[in-house]
Formats: sequence, C-alpha cells, structure tokens
Amino acid sequence: MSMTPRSWILVGLLALLAAVPPVAAYFDAPFYLDLLRRVMIFAIAASSLNLILGYGGMVSFGHAAYLGIGAYAVGVLGYYGIHNGCLQWGVAIGASALVALAIGAISVRTSGIYFIMITLAFTQMLYYLGISIEEYGGDDGMRLKLRSEFDFINLNNETAFYYLVLAILAFAILLVHRLVNSRFGRVIQAARSNEARTRAIGFSPYPYRLAAFVISGALCGLAGALLVNHTAYLTPEFMNWTRSGELMFMVILGGIATSAGPLLGAAALLLLEDVLQGWSLLPKEAVRDHWQLYLGVILVLVVLFARRGLAGLLPGKNE
Amino acid sequence: MNFVLIAEQTLNGLQLGVMLFLLAAGLTLVFGIMNMVNLAHGALYMVGAYLTTFFYQQTGSYLLAVVLGLASTLVVGIVTELVALRTLYERDHLDQVLATFGLILFFNELVAILWGRAAIFSTIPDYLTGHVEFGVFRYPLYRLMIIGVGLAVAVLLWFVVSRTRLGMLIRAGASNRAMVAALGVNIRLLYTVVFGFGAALAGLAGLLAGPIYSVQPGMGELILIQVFVVIVIGGIGSIRGAFAGALIVGMVDTMGRAFLKPVLSTVLSPTAADAAGPALASMLIYLLMAVVLTFRPAGLFPAVR
Amino acid sequence: MNKLLETHQLRKSFGALIATDGVDFDVREGETHAVIGPNGAGKTTFIKQLSGELRPDTGRVSFGGEDVTALASQHRSRKGLARSFQITSIYRDFSALDNVALAVQAHAGHSFRFWKAARQDPLLIEPALKILQSVGLDKRINILAAELAHGEQRQLEIAMALATRPRLLLLDEPVAGMGTDESLRMVELLASLKDSKTIVLVEHDMDAVFSLADRISVLVYGRIIATGTPEEIRANKEVRAAYLGEEA
Repeated sequence: MSMTPRSWILVGLLALLAAVPPVAAYFDAPFYLDLLRRVMIFAIAASSLNLILGYGGMVSFGHAAYLGIGAYAVGVLGYYGIHNGCLQWGVAIGASALVALAIGAISVRTSGIYFIMITLAFTQMLYYLGISIEEYGGDDGMRLKLRSEFDFINLNNETAFYYLVLAILAFAILLVHRLVNSRFGRVIQAARSNEARTRAIGFSPYPYRLAAFVISGALCGLAGALLVNHTAYLTPEFMNWTRSGELMFMVILGGIATSAGPLLGAAALLLLEDVLQGWSLLPKEAVRDHWQLYLGVILVLVVLFARRGLAGLLPGKNE
Repeated sequence: MNFVLIAEQTLNGLQLGVMLFLLAAGLTLVFGIMNMVNLAHGALYMVGAYLTTFFYQQTGSYLLAVVLGLASTLVVGIVTELVALRTLYERDHLDQVLATFGLILFFNELVAILWGRAAIFSTIPDYLTGHVEFGVFRYPLYRLMIIGVGLAVAVLLWFVVSRTRLGMLIRAGASNRAMVAALGVNIRLLYTVVFGFGAALAGLAGLLAGPIYSVQPGMGELILIQVFVVIVIGGIGSIRGAFAGALIVGMVDTMGRAFLKPVLSTVLSPTAADAAGPALASMLIYLLMAVVLTFRPAGLFPAVR
Repeated sequence: MNKLLETHQLRKSFGALIATDGVDFDVREGETHAVIGPNGAGKTTFIKQLSGELRPDTGRVSFGGEDVTALASQHRSRKGLARSFQITSIYRDFSALDNVALAVQAHAGHSFRFWKAARQDPLLIEPALKILQSVGLDKRINILAAELAHGEQRQLEIAMALATRPRLLLLDEPVAGMGTDESLRMVELLASLKDSKTIVLVEHDMDAVFSLADRISVLVYGRIIATGTPEEIRANKEVRAAYLGEEA
C-alpha cells in the first residue's frame, strides 16, 4: 500500500509520542508522561467512535458507556482478587461488545434524533446503575487495588505502561483504517452516504451497521480497561453523559472520518483543558474554575466555523 | 403496603409526570417541526429555576417573581434561538448535538459564576406551604398545585394545538415541513414562536421544580435525559405522545423507587433485595423505553406523516 | 414470450388520493416497455411499488414468476431488479469507480470482510471498469461523483444498475433534466442496452420513448388506459384525448 502525506504525518506523530518518555525523564517532568498517556487512551476511544460516527454516520451520544464497562470489568474483577490482565481485558472487550450488541440491536434500527436520544438514554441507565451499586462504591467509586498483571509487561512501570498504550493506539488506528477500506467499511460508508441507493443496489444496511457498532463498542471497552489502570480509580463518572459529548467533540475537533483526527482531537481537547485550567495570564479563579465556559464557547465556534477540524489543516484530502 | 402510601406515591408519580410533560411538550415540537436536536432545553429549565428564585429573593413577591422569571426565561430562550440555534436548523444532527452541548457547558458555568456551584435555597410563600387533608392522609399543597398547573397547561396546549390556526400550523409543520413552507407561511417566525413557547414551558417547569428539587448548575441535564425517554416513548413531534409518555415515565419511575425493593424482598433475601431494588428501580424507565421501541419503533403516538 | 415482471390489480392510496388504481401491467422478457403519463399520473408511486420502496395496499407484484410483493427493495435487487432514480441517486462523496465497484460488491457474496482493501480487489475493480467503459465513463473513473456533469451522473447511475447484473432495469426518467447532446448520448446508451436487457422505462421525453420502446403503457390518474406498440399508442383515440391532446 502506498503511503500518503497524511499517513506519514500520522506515523510522525506516533514517533513523536514514542520519543516523549526519554525526553520527559531527562527534564524530570513525569507529569507529561501522565498527560500524554491519558491523551492516547482517549484517542483510542475517539478512534472507536470515529468508526461509527465518522464513517458510519451513526451519531452515538453514548460512547462513554463502553469506557465505563471496560473500566468496571477490570475494577470489579480486581475487587474479587482477579488481577490477570489477559482475563480482565478480555472480559472488558467481551462485555463491551455484548452491551453494544444489546443497545445496538435496538438503536441501530432507528436513525436521526431517535438514535441520538436512545444511545444517550441507555448510557445514562448504565451510569445510574453504576451509582446504585453500593458494593462497588456507588457514587464515590472505588480505588483499583492493583493494576492489571501481565507476564510480559509490568504496568506499574509508568514508561512501560505508556509504551503499551502507544502500541494499542497504533493498532487501533490501523484497525479502523483497514476496516473502513475493506468491503465491510465500504458498505457502512455507503449506507451513510446514501441509504436508499444502498438498498437499491442490494444491501441491507442493518447487519453491517450493527456489526460496526459492536466492533466500536469493543474497542472502546479496551480503552476503558486502559483508563481505569491509568487513573487507578473506578467511578461511574467514566460513563457520565458529558464524557460521551467530549468524545464526540474530540472526533469533530480532530477531523471527522480521518485516521489522524481522533488523536489530534483528543490531544487538542485535553491539552486545551490543561491549559485553560492552569492559565496564568488571566485572573486565576475566573479561568481555572470556569474553564468549561470557554470550552463551551470554543465548541460552538468550532461547530459553526471549523467543520473540517484540525485534520483539515493537513495536506491531502479527507478520506 | 397500605393505601396511604400508594395514594401518596400515585400523586408523586403524577407530579413528576406533569413536570416531565412541561419539558417534553416544547422539546418534542422543536424536534418534530425543526428536525433539530436541542440539548440546551434543560439549560432553560435551569435558567427558569434560578431567575425565579433570584427575583423572589429580590422582590419578596412570589407572583411577581413567577411573572418575571417566565418572561426572562422566554427572552433568554429567544435570544439563544436568534444567536446560535437558528443557524443550526439547516445543519446536520451531529452539529446540532455538539453546538447545543457547548451551550450547556456555557450556561452551566455562567450560572456557577453568578450563583456559585452549590445548590441555592429556593423557597415558596407561606400560603403555598400547607397540606391538604384527604381524610386518611394529607398531601403538600405545593405539589398539588404543580399537578394542577401541569394539567391546566396540558388542556391549554390541547386547545391551542387542536383548535387554533397556530396549532394547525404546528401540526402541519410536525408532519410535513416542506408543505407548510410551500403554503407561504413564514417558517422562521413559526420556528421562533414554537421555540419561545417551549422555552417558556421549560422555564415554568424549572420555577415549579426549584423549591422541591435542588437548584444547582447541571440540574437541567439530569431531567433532560428523562425527558428524552418520554419523547422516545411518546413519539417525536406528538403532544399527545409527550403527555402519555410523561405520565407513564413519571409513574413507573416513582413506583419503581417506592415499591420495587419491598416487592423484591418477598421473593429475594433482604440483602439481595436491598442491592437489586435501587439498581433495578434506576434502570426501569430505560428498560421500559427498550420494550416500547422493540414493539413500536416510532413511539406510542407517532406524529402522522 | 415469457412475462418477467407482472402486476395484478395494484392499488395504493395516500389518504383520499388514489395514486395507483388497480394496475395490471406486464413486462416480457427482452422487451423495452415504456410507461408514460402526464405529471401527477402516479408514475413515481407505481415504479416505487415495482422496486419495493413502497408496498401496495392491495394487489400483487411478481418477478420471474415469483410473488415479490412483500420483499423490500434490497431483496428485489438481489433477485435481479435494478433501478435508477428520477432524482440522481449516487454516492456523491465516492469516486465514479467506487460507486460502481460498490454495486458490483453488493452482488459478489457477503461483505463481512474486514481486512483486505476493497479498492485493490480485482474481483470488484475489473468488472466495474468494464461497465464504466460500456457506459462511456472510462476516462472519469477517479473523479468524485459529485463533480461529474449532470449527464455523466445519470450515466453513472445506469452503470451502477448494470453492475448488479440485473434481469430487469427499472429506469425512472433517465433523460430528465439533460441538454440535447447529453440526452442524445443517453438514448444511444439505452439503445445499446436494449438488445441485451429487459427494461422498464418511465420517461417524459417522447422522442426517447418512441425511438426505444417496444411497447408503451399510458398511465393516467393511477390507471393504465392503454398498452400497445408505439404505432398503436399513437393511433389510440383515448390516449390522444387524455394525454397527447394536452400537449398538442
């Protein structure tokens, strides 16, 4: 396969991320390792959302559900003393896929406003479920006793964990790229582009859309497993509806239906949050405490005026 | 379970139901007529609650505060429509979701800046604080008033929608937008009127809710998602559907929270019932939505197309 | 000759408006059968019931001897019924080649294939290129469909229909909105298909209809008032009164 300028830029970005740990160590700034690991985890989640939102045209407002399920799978197994990483992450992916299948089976049949409201409502249901289960900390959540244990890697080594997240991110981007260019991906893009035409040439969009929904949920569940290991804390807030909104915003901000978009968007949003919260040029309380005010305004402006997102600034065409 | 408890919870369910209806009525029309996803509807509910509380504290007159609160929510709603939402009607749903999500963040923080993040105390005048005696049990006058106001609004809406020219346009708009535009109706004006109407109803719900729920930033979104469930169950664009859906959701949610645990404890062990009761109760309306969608994908009362 | 497509007492109404009023219609294997009628005669409603986008209230549609009344359009497509739309319906954000390759893909086994790049798959690309050549778009394969000229987009739609290897082509006003040159080219293209395909042609352009059709049916107010060869239709008094008379 030939490499376009865009894919070189993406590879360059990943290489830059790979160079961060030694540099951060040299400047004794482990904080950046932590921040960028978080960025990469959200980039994985945003990539999974991009598959159905960007390429499939399914405006899921409930993607935080799978972050939460992945996180709960790891946290709950850990709570019962099962720390085997392969098992924990396998359950995270499997449970997310199952829940996505159940939610998708109902919601993918609908479209437009219904789809948005239904995905949002089911995620809210899971959020309330998380809050109401006192055993796992309810509202407050609970601390993860141990990070997931693997034979080949020690996640307590922050740098090793960082590189594992980077590798999974690279895999997720490749996976979504291959999916959307496969026969399968052509069908979900066709159904987004023109549904009547897609039926007229002989496709039933539903099974393809549902499969995409499930794959997307499973990949996001993996991101959830990473996230709970990253924060070492499990909370229903992972499934808060605002989290779903942020994931959507990352996809749009970075550039919808592009390979690099979710990474750019996650980086831009999380770094922006970080900057707004720590901005020293303006009176501190006004900005730090109320950064969401500015974020809200930026969000509206991006939607109204910068529809192609950051990837629109890169050379070459959107895919 | 005794009669008193059941009667009380029925009234509570009704009260939640009419509250949901006030929010759902305006929103379902915005969805149906403008084909627009407006997440910021909950923000108007919050604004209504805050402004009325503020005016009551300032003026000391509840009635005046209600009038000012409603009017100013209406103004906030119309200004939002003119400044931000109007440009979104022609955009796709994704843009609408994100932009109105941005508006929510904006409004929530703005309220937090003006009144702080903690819940503020919202009071009612003395003449609404009492209870009404129903023989064996008594029920708060204020909550009864909410039920009364909600039902009165429902009747009024029914009258407007089914008996007036505006209502005819609204019905026609919900089922066939292109036709209404083709008939030469000023569609922009119709949109603004409908939106303002919805904003005022949301403000009314907010000001009524203030004294019984907590008035704080983000209060709008918690109820908004329940309102979505109402609209999905009732069918987008249908006032009748919004009314039926709101009462069903209000009842099911209230009854589930009140009675699921005792009912479960008759079949499960007390500890299991303690754990499963609240969890199941909190999921009940969403499960109901799933069941309705399975059998009636367009809701119980789909707007005629 | 064999009847490939047949309708029996097809009826469809929207409220008080009866759009299709007891239509008996048949298409013989190999013929080009045109459906004409004034605006509002119910042609589009009729063709949607043939393609499966609309279900009739009562009546039957059979295709290849099989009752397909209850089948949705994607299932009729699988049985060999392809359609072009009155208002151009293509994937505007795909290249011309991708448009046709997708139509090929729809009839080349299931599409739950997740890894291999579809654009490099000769099983899809080669047939698509051949079809694009046959409709005269072989120089435009990598152009985005949205950027093609109107006439080219209509050709592309025909190409997509052909790519599903149909037994019957359902063409809804293929010449509509075209300039003289473009429509001449389209009529040429249709004439070249005529010998090898069975075609139902709904069209306003009478030159196109009378030069292409083997038989013509005239639809007025949801009823077929006449069916026959072009000569018979020209001579039919009822048709002249109801339809041709209006234009004279």
